[in-house]
Amino acid sequence: MLVEPQKSAKVAHAYEAPDYYQLDGLLTEEHLLIRSSVRSWLNEHIAPYINDWAQNNQCPTHLVKEMGELGLFGPSLPEEYGCPGFDEIAYGVIMQEIERVDSGIRSMCSVQGSLVMYPIYKYGSEEQKRRFLPLLAKGELMGCFGLTEPDHGSNPGGMTTHFSDEGDHYLLNGAKTWISNSPFADIAVVWAKNPDGKIQGIIVERGMPGFSTPEIHNKWSLRASTTGELVFEDVKVPKENLLPGVTGLRGPLGCLDKARYGIAWGAMGAAMDCYSTALRYASERMQFDKPIAGFQLQQKKLAEMLTEITKMQIFTWRLGTLMNEGKATTAQISMAKRNNVDSAIHIAREARQILGGMGITGDYPIMRHMMNLESVITYEGTHDIHLLITGMDITGISAFR
Amino acid sequence: MLKILVCISHVPDTTTKIQFEGDGSKLNKTGVTFIINPYCEYGLSRAIGFQEEGKKVAITALCVGGPEVEPTLRRALAIGADDAVRINADATDAGFVAKQIANYCNGKEFDVIFTGKESIDFNGSLVPGMLAEYLESSFVSYATHMDIADPESMTAQVKREVDGGEEVMEVPLPAVISCQKGIAEWRIPNMRGIMGARKKPLSVVSPNESLELVATVQFSYPPAKGNCQYFQPEDVSKLVDSLTNKGLV
Repeated sequence: MLVEPQKSAKVAHAYEAPDYYQLDGLLTEEHLLIRSSVRSWLNEHIAPYINDWAQNNQCPTHLVKEMGELGLFGPSLPEEYGCPGFDEIAYGVIMQEIERVDSGIRSMCSVQGSLVMYPIYKYGSEEQKRRFLPLLAKGELMGCFGLTEPDHGSNPGGMTTHFSDEGDHYLLNGAKTWISNSPFADIAVVWAKNPDGKIQGIIVERGMPGFSTPEIHNKWSLRASTTGELVFEDVKVPKENLLPGVTGLRGPLGCLDKARYGIAWGAMGAAMDCYSTALRYASERMQFDKPIAGFQLQQKKLAEMLTEITKMQIFTWRLGTLMNEGKATTAQISMAKRNNVDSAIHIAREARQILGGMGITGDYPIMRHMMNLESVITYEGTHDIHLLITGMDITGISAFR
Repeated sequence: MLKILVCISHVPDTTTKIQFEGDGSKLNKTGVTFIINPYCEYGLSRAIGFQEEGKKVAITALCVGGPEVEPTLRRALAIGADDAVRINADATDAGFVAKQIANYCNGKEFDVIFTGKESIDFNGSLVPGMLAEYLESSFVSYATHMDIADPESMTAQVKREVDGGEEVMEVPLPAVISCQKGIAEWRIPNMRGIMGARKKPLSVVSPNESLELVATVQFSYPPAKGNCQYFQPEDVSKLVDSLTNKGLV
């Protein structure tokens, strides 16, 4: 049960994103309208309350339908399935805006759009698409994505979750963990080994006997979104719930490409919020009779932050155009996800120092972003693994094993 | 079918830091974000409200301005207008703008014309009254409530704030209604609306010749704030001394 949240005035400010290189000029009028609309909605419905939700470990599940109504779920999937049908840059811009407010809320949307709706769209039967996508788009159904297992994180191919063919249904056994949205999700897109030992996707629905979703408690990160496990004990899954379109690890990895692309944009949003907060604070905070923004060490921090944000903006914009043309490679996406999340964490830490003691309080968003980003740098491919993907791409030699 | 025209002003965002060009006769638009005039947006929201009440309506959004106003019209389409019209002329003089809109309305038989109570840039409150006069239609200014209980009756129920109370009126349609806070809530365009706006028509109409009767010669900034001197409540005598020394009391 949600307690009535306290509105915190300090986060509900009018916001102009940093745009040092006039990169808004690379966006279309429609992208800008999308951005301002999403920003307005977030400033009204999320930003004033997010500190309280994070402090109290509450996920704003009551807003899921409204988020669906706004069109935050699966924005680049086609209109015929109830989605807006935007390009990938629009998707990126939306993720940036959401994560500017909170990585946990962005995670909810990323999972729904890229890891639940996208695999159903890409690998599902026409019947599955018609049945699930419009409801997921509207937020009438919430989904989660089961790939990681307790003993298989960076090595998902080693998974042990599996299903057997029982004639008129499949029998699913195993467990998944670190699953965003799982405690309240209505459906789960689960990757499991078929009787031949090949990985396939299967849609598991809440209420199926033997299926449970225990919550993971005591997180210091993503506290405004829920994380849990998926446990399957002889779960009977109807055969029509198997995703027919893909076999093997490339199925889940294809979804992760899409989600990681969104994270590259999202992390930039968190970085922008830290930078803007620090710039404003430094301009107002007086020490030795002048604003601390006038001291060289603070200027160095701010100037380097803006430089990194500008680099991220160019990076993601170009990646977005490659995504639109269907030319972006997995390795390129890895590079952007790794770079941007890492830069965002550094920016958060530097920004926190500019705010001094105030930086650790919930009156400002920085510490929350910093703690959130510790999850973001780990999930959907760790910082180290993404480096090895680049390493493998440029040398042709895998360093994974 | 109720035909509704929503007149929209394209104005600088409320947080804009105002700067003028060299001779002070024009706003410097560099880096300025433009929005739908918030009072016009109330009219648009009210029009869409009729649709949600199950009334059959056709909503046209209109703006007098150059190509730079098109994103503002596109936003109106994303929020829910059915089509948009841009009268291709700079909106500098209220009389000129009212005349252009009246020319456009000629023969279109709009039942309701919403405008803002004023635009937040020039704050003239002139266009709606002039427009009603040109169209010889009813006019209610500063409306805080507007209903059409029975579309067949061609009558609208309108409320406006008056000193210390509220005025309730009934006006025959067609009517020009200038909108004030309270008539409806602003709406944020949703993503499907933005995509849908791509396919909605936005037509460009040439202006009719008409005179611009008023020209702005110069804008100037408010005078800079003078130096303030603060006195603590217990120092009233110091305040009196200071005023006396300056010969002010």
